Amino acid sequence: MTDRPTLRTFIAYVHDRPGVLARIAMLFRRRAWNIVSLTVGGTHVAGLSRMTIQIEADDDAARRVEANLYKLLEVLWVKDITREPSIKRDLALIKVKADATTRAQVLQLCEVFRAKTVDVSQEGLVLEITGTEDKIQGFLEVLRPLGVIEMVSTGMIAITRGAEAPPIEAWLNVGHDRDDVGDDEAAE
Amino acid sequence: MAREEHADPAAPALRARRTGAQILWEVLRQEGVEVCFGYPGGAIMPAYDALLGYPEIKHVLVRHEQGGAHMADGYARASGKVGVCIGTSGPGATNLVTGIATAMLDSVPMVAITGQVSSKLIGSDAFQEVDIAGITLPITKHNYLVTRAEDLAQTLREAFYVARSGRPGPVLVDITKDAQQASIDYVPHTRPVRLPGYRPKHALHEEQLAKAALMIAEAHRPLILAGHGIVKSEATRALLAFCEKTGIPVASTLLGLGGFPASHPLALGMMGMHGEAWVNHAIQESDLLIALGMRFDDRVTGNLKTYAVKAKKIHVEIDPAEINKNVKVDLGIVGDVREALQALLPRVEPKARKPWSARIHELRGDSAVRDIQNLPDTGHLYAAHVIHDLWRLTEGKALVVSDVGQHQMWEAQYYRHDYARKLITSGGLGTMGFSLPAAVGAKFAKPGEEVWVIVGDGGFQMTACELATCAQEGIKVNVAIINNGFLGMVRQWQEFFYDGRYSATPMKSPDFVKLADAHGLVGLRVTKRDEIAAAVAKARATEGTVVIDFRVEQEDSVYPMVPAGADLHDMIRRPSPLVEKADDP
Repeated sequence: MTDRPTLRTFIAYVHDRPGVLARIAMLFRRRAWNIVSLTVGGTHVAGLSRMTIQIEADDDAARRVEANLYKLLEVLWVKDITREPSIKRDLALIKVKADATTRAQVLQLCEVFRAKTVDVSQEGLVLEITGTEDKIQGFLEVLRPLGVIEMVSTGMIAITRGAEAPPIEAWLNVGHDRDDVGDDEAAE
Repeated sequence: MAREEHADPAAPALRARRTGAQILWEVLRQEGVEVCFGYPGGAIMPAYDALLGYPEIKHVLVRHEQGGAHMADGYARASGKVGVCIGTSGPGATNLVTGIATAMLDSVPMVAITGQVSSKLIGSDAFQEVDIAGITLPITKHNYLVTRAEDLAQTLREAFYVARSGRPGPVLVDITKDAQQASIDYVPHTRPVRLPGYRPKHALHEEQLAKAALMIAEAHRPLILAGHGIVKSEATRALLAFCEKTGIPVASTLLGLGGFPASHPLALGMMGMHGEAWVNHAIQESDLLIALGMRFDDRVTGNLKTYAVKAKKIHVEIDPAEINKNVKVDLGIVGDVREALQALLPRVEPKARKPWSARIHELRGDSAVRDIQNLPDTGHLYAAHVIHDLWRLTEGKALVVSDVGQHQMWEAQYYRHDYARKLITSGGLGTMGFSLPAAVGAKFAKPGEEVWVIVGDGGFQMTACELATCAQEGIKVNVAIINNGFLGMVRQWQEFFYDGRYSATPMKSPDFVKLADAHGLVGLRVTKRDEIAAAVAKARATEGTVVIDFRVEQEDSVYPMVPAGADLHDMIRRPSPLVEKADDP
């Protein structure tokens, strides 16, 4: 347990409906919680989106983030996976200067970082790298002296290790009133 | 998931061609709506036209949509049912905003229906177009934009279900004009609403109840903090049983007043910024606070760092997001407060705590000598006199709707509420202008009750236009204006904290007696204490709404007072010649 704010990672399953992102963004804004990273994408279940949210929060605030997310009708399931064994990935596309004299050097760095070359032109390369934020930052730093033209990254996505599944489909099919979920975390 | 699947296949005989506008009223009728408060306009006209076909639903024409929202709010608080208000698009919708926020902060079940420009025009900055769903995102429990008649019935049923279940709150349904106009085959939906992402109910956990019982058994100076949740979950009897078995005294929040009878020997009265001194001291000296259906608002706690530091805390609350929000608690129990009290009752034991009772009794005695009721008569008319006399004359049985400011605190101190749902006031948002329209709504909910509005001269003028609604509807509420010629609470803060610099607080008002007269209503004026009883008797005997202008002492202050952010025990007390003389060596 800690009462100092640390970086927290939440995953949230939400109905894919208009305005969901606005509701979630509004909740964080209204409670003055600063979003470090927020990614949204589709899932293997039609009609559901999955969010990975990173914020700075202490244990109490983290519990309240979860409880407040649950108050939104579109939110089906929330989990704080900060302390769970999990895989966290960011994907970045980096456009870097590379002419005949420097191209070999860039490609060598790509190999070290296991990045892929996805576009080649006379004066530059577009590189694709996946990994943790640290790894991407490290790659960016070594490329910088060569001339980074532009970069884009997805923000972090996360999934827990193992075969445990969120009970999403059960809720959608059965539609019970979820008496059993979430209380324990919220009420200590 | 197709919405149509909710239609009951067993009822094909009920299938009929209906417009969206008709479906709106069909669902309202199905939800048991008897009365709604609204104001027509372009984008809601189809609904108003269809209303003529549903005479069993009473519509009250308000004078401003804010009043309509407060009426729906007052109706909901007095009845426990969902209140309904209606406005058109654009300004009609934005005028509802203050009323919706008021309901949100006090967890009042309300459905607000707004017209919206046709779906083809949305996003074009059309005439009277405003994104009311966007505007009300942070002040509604949930909201909807409906653009198809096919979605209307299911959405409205969800709206009522969400508004009334769990921790109640306002839900807004914005309906485009074309969705109101379209005709579809309609079959009433009768299946229960099913919302996979919504969980209003929380089961109680055995181990938490056992832990609570143990904490209570071990406590020497326990105190119950009873909030609005007691009223909302109809937990008065459960609380009485719990207190009488355990002998634990009860302090109330402003909105909790009446949830536990004020005349009960274990009732302490109101806590917080203008709470009774003995209550605040008792909280600070307590070793166990049992918070029931309240949320540790800053007006209740004062400085959080010094708040009840000696006390362990149990927090029973229906909204998990409230646990540990402001005050860290030792045990959070998420659930309905009535169910929690009923579950705890067999687990707790009677225990005599004589030193604690004696201490509270001692704290009470100190306050009595500072009470304005016990101070020598100066010939001035004080608000406390008016409210105390009103309590006596109505035998404490009136349904009182107070506004916001000094009079609201005096009401809380001097009108001793023995019954739940007999005090309606804007606690969380502190909305001036709330009282008159909320009283209209309360009167529609409880036509047999004697309804009194207690309001300041400032707040009254914010929604005084609703006197015309009272006159048109022929309803009777009694309006007691506590008229001190100032925005009294701000003036008091200026006196205490801004060197008495009265910036923008002196207020010149119209002649309220003539204002009542202009509406065809009776107006009375009282300037001396011995005139109170006759005026109250006249008001009670008069048919229709009566306005009484009580000209009270201009620069009186509410005591005790915990300055904002100060320690709860650090109160400014009423200066008393009795106390000062006694302190003199």
